[in-house]
Amino acid sequence: MYDALASTAHEPGVPKPDPIMVASGLQRSFGGLHAVDLESLEIQRHTITSLIGPNGAGKTTLFNLLSGFDKPDAGEWHLNGGPLVGIPAFQVARQGMIRTFQLTRSLARLTVRENVMLAATNQPGERFWHALFGKWRDIEEANREKARPLIERFGLDHMADEYAGTLSGGQRKLLEMARALMVEPELILLDEPTAGVNPALTQELLEHIIALRDIGMTVIFIEHDMDAVQNISDWVVCMAQGRIIAEGPPADVAANPAVIDAYLGHHHGEVP
Amino acid sequence: MIQWDNILIDAGRAAIGIPAAAYAMSALGLNLQFGYTGLLNFGHVAFMLVGAYGTAITVDLGGSLWLGIPVGIALAALLGLLLGFPTLRLRTDYLAIVTIAAGEILRLIVRSSGAEPLTNGVFGIQAFADEFFDLNPIVDGRYGIGRFRFDERTLWVLIAAWALVALGTWIIWKLTRSPWGRVIRSIREDEDAARSLGKNVFWYKLQSLMIGGAYGALAGIILAVDQQNVSADFFIPLLTFYAYTIVILGGPGTVFGPILGSILFWFLFELFDEFLFDAVAAGWFGDVIETTDVGAIRFAAVGVGLMLLMAFRPQGIFGKREEVLLDV
Amino acid sequence: MALVLVGLVLMQAGPVFAQDEGPSIVGVLESVENELREPVPGVTIIASLDGTVAGSAVSAEDGSWVISVPGPGTYEVELDVGTLPGGVALTDPDRPVLDNVRVREGQAKTVRFQLGPGISAQVGDLDRFLDLLVIGLKFGAIIALASIGLSLVFGVTQLVNFAHGELITLGAVLAFFFNASPLGPQWPLVFAAIPALALAAAFGWAQERGLWRPLRRRGTGLIAMLVISIGLSLFLRHVILWLYDGLPRSYSDYAIQREWSVGPLDIVPKNLVIILSALVILGAVGLFLQRTKTGTAMRAVSDNVDLAESSGIDVEHIILITWIVGTVLAALGGIFFGVTEGVQWDMGFRLLLFVFAAVVLGGLGTAYGAMLGAFIIGLASEVSTFWFDVQYKNVIAYGLLVVMLLLRPQGLLGQRERIG
Ligand SMILES: Nc1ncnc2c1ncn2[C@@H]1O[C@H](COP(=O)(O)OP(=O)(O)OP(=O)(O)O)[C@@H](O)[C@H]1O
Ligand SMILES: [Mg+2]
Repeated sequence: MYDALASTAHEPGVPKPDPIMVASGLQRSFGGLHAVDLESLEIQRHTITSLIGPNGAGKTTLFNLLSGFDKPDAGEWHLNGGPLVGIPAFQVARQGMIRTFQLTRSLARLTVRENVMLAATNQPGERFWHALFGKWRDIEEANREKARPLIERFGLDHMADEYAGTLSGGQRKLLEMARALMVEPELILLDEPTAGVNPALTQELLEHIIALRDIGMTVIFIEHDMDAVQNISDWVVCMAQGRIIAEGPPADVAANPAVIDAYLGHHHGEVP
Repeated sequence: MIQWDNILIDAGRAAIGIPAAAYAMSALGLNLQFGYTGLLNFGHVAFMLVGAYGTAITVDLGGSLWLGIPVGIALAALLGLLLGFPTLRLRTDYLAIVTIAAGEILRLIVRSSGAEPLTNGVFGIQAFADEFFDLNPIVDGRYGIGRFRFDERTLWVLIAAWALVALGTWIIWKLTRSPWGRVIRSIREDEDAARSLGKNVFWYKLQSLMIGGAYGALAGIILAVDQQNVSADFFIPLLTFYAYTIVILGGPGTVFGPILGSILFWFLFELFDEFLFDAVAAGWFGDVIETTDVGAIRFAAVGVGLMLLMAFRPQGIFGKREEVLLDV
Repeated sequence: MALVLVGLVLMQAGPVFAQDEGPSIVGVLESVENELREPVPGVTIIASLDGTVAGSAVSAEDGSWVISVPGPGTYEVELDVGTLPGGVALTDPDRPVLDNVRVREGQAKTVRFQLGPGISAQVGDLDRFLDLLVIGLKFGAIIALASIGLSLVFGVTQLVNFAHGELITLGAVLAFFFNASPLGPQWPLVFAAIPALALAAAFGWAQERGLWRPLRRRGTGLIAMLVISIGLSLFLRHVILWLYDGLPRSYSDYAIQREWSVGPLDIVPKNLVIILSALVILGAVGLFLQRTKTGTAMRAVSDNVDLAESSGIDVEHIILITWIVGTVLAALGGIFFGVTEGVQWDMGFRLLLFVFAAVVLGGLGTAYGAMLGAFIIGLASEVSTFWFDVQYKNVIAYGLLVVMLLLRPQGLLGQRERIG
């Protein structure tokens, strides 16, 4: 898979051979602050792309824009060639792009199992008339079977019938992952999935992410831990102050002076 | 003299009375909106008004009562659509603002001279439910034990009203235990999370508002049919907050909460009212509270009750405390 | 006919149970001009017994009204002059109250109010329009005072206080106590307002310290807070009803004034005073927010609580001050409202719709937005009576509110909502 990008130039905004997602001219500012201002970004299909950058670089804002949770001031973006401008968030999700949140959003008074089963996309019982008069129990049973291994995989099986509100912060991250996978998305945007998860589990989580790619998903992954980035990414995109300042394979980006400068410069500028 | 036996009998009658049934129905709808979906509908009375007037006007224009009732319910669902459309994409406060205002505005419109050809203005519409009372199979008489009795007319309304409440509860039970119910509960917990999983949050909220509104309409219809009268000044904002108190008393987001809540509410309300009345008459409070003040004080008491419940027992009288602690 | 009568009695029944047929007071309101009789609809009439309200009614399209009263007795029947449509006035302006109306058991007692053309009936369209502009400005000024507090409190706590209307009423009723209550000191209104506002400030303080702050400390959610605020509103409104009764009353001064004519404009002096003093106060609020340390801190907290807190602002203190300032402004708005419309237990609740329309129009949480929105709502709803009936004033304000939500939900001066 990495080979597909072998001949791709290591420069910001470079076109990819088989992009699943193409964005151009995306801009979003808050007051005078340009949170996102990128000329072009393409994401190669079936790869893990890491999105890195100092705090406040605009990574989460970019996710919000791509997933339809926020509206850009300008620009357009496409998923599998289909335009996403003006498409509401829930429809973006239905088109196969699922995102998770940096600040986890567990559904506190639903059980862990309900959280995961909610994510199933094939349940006709979610429609009013079907709920009242239709047959949905067979599909519900099938979904329950489908949710079980997911819940187990993230080590939540002993909590399956507890309210999600009783989970720890790290467990909520895992639950959110499980929920997103239940959708069986084509492209998944993970906003710092390893933040607050213990090291052993982090390692497992990273392996899951690699497994996702291997079964054909595309992953965009925001991460601050450079070791993790080095280990699993096929491609790395670095943002600073809303712009993409470097793109390339992990080792290459890590050595890029502009990237080092962005991180260091940021630290210099930050109030201690 | 506090006449406890009288008070308890009256309170007992109130607990299963027609208002208790009607408000159980109203609270079932509000519970779907507030308890299950997290929608803050502060104008439930508007749905009650539209249901009652929709029915009465249909009959007044020559239609059958059996046409009028579905018309009233459909109009209330339509009102839900109209109120929800501008507000349900926004923060939850906007729905509260728009609905509380809608309750008052509709009342003013209905009683205004412009609407008089349809609504008969401040005089309202009377005697539109004969078709219902003509069906009464119960032989004349007073039924019950001792002084705890209902006449055949009241009994007929009671049976019909509680039967409707049972049917309404069954529908809520089916709905909230279905995947549809799971989606609206997820919206209550965090609508962005629901959205990120591909749920059309706006449309589910709209459905919940409309269905809850239909229940409110049915409650308004029960009250109107019982009194054979609709008049605008009956539908004051207070009615919405009876329903809130009932929902929270019984436990928001539970299937049987509204019924238990309504029974308990009317029992306590009547108990408090009559006790206060007797106590005032017995001169307990001197000049501070007179009999004409009892009305105001009991409404103030509903307000305090609502505040205390929401602050200290938001899970209702029967709910579990832990559930609420999750609500951060 | 019998059917209609039964209906009339039922109409007056309380929210729950129908009352038995009892005595009533009835009448027909007609404006008489050169032998021509015109029914006068939409006028409120209140019957009271020993100073407590026994019932009220609003005249119908044909001018008729019926108040069913609890029992026989000698009633006082008052016509609420404020609800008379334009161009109609009492022939004897000093007799809005008929005392000594004796009602016997089961009787429908008829009473008459003599109505005729008011002074403004003879003026031309332009004059009437100008008059409405002035009244609209005045109404806007009152709404502005009343709504800033709601918006400020929303800014710093994210709470829409549904009990805000009662803060308006509270100011008016407290001022009434010091000004015109037989139990009070009967000071002129200007002086009576001072202790009233001081008590309002104390109430704002108590409300924050005794209710809202403890609730925030316990981590009470937004929805629960909103429900609590509506419970508080019910409670306060009915406590006021209990203590003040349902009857509308006027302050002892400024009740009736002769108009000043300035060119084509006829201005009642008190209206001018209200407009000017409201403008001065609004300006002072602006200066306070812009120039003082506390005001700046308030804006900072509105903007971003976390940032404000981390830059050393005592957020809890700022919230407390906001509650106090907001309550005092609402109370002041209530006093002005009372001067023009009379003081009544539910006056604030009736004004609340206009206040909501104003803050949403201007942008929730923005003080200047509330002012701007208030003047737009005030002018629009008053000027609308040039074309539409007075009874649709609320509908106009409501329409503006809904249209604004559809077009620009963040309001005129608000910013697009943050996304988490
Ligand atoms: N809703 C908002 N309103 C105002 N400013 C915002 C908003 N969301 C983000 N910002 C600003 O935009 C900039 C980018 O924020 P963003 O959350 O995208 O950063 P990030 O790269 O995800 O940072 P981190 O690594 O800390 O999560 C920041 O300066 C932030 O303060
Ligand atoms: Mg981020």
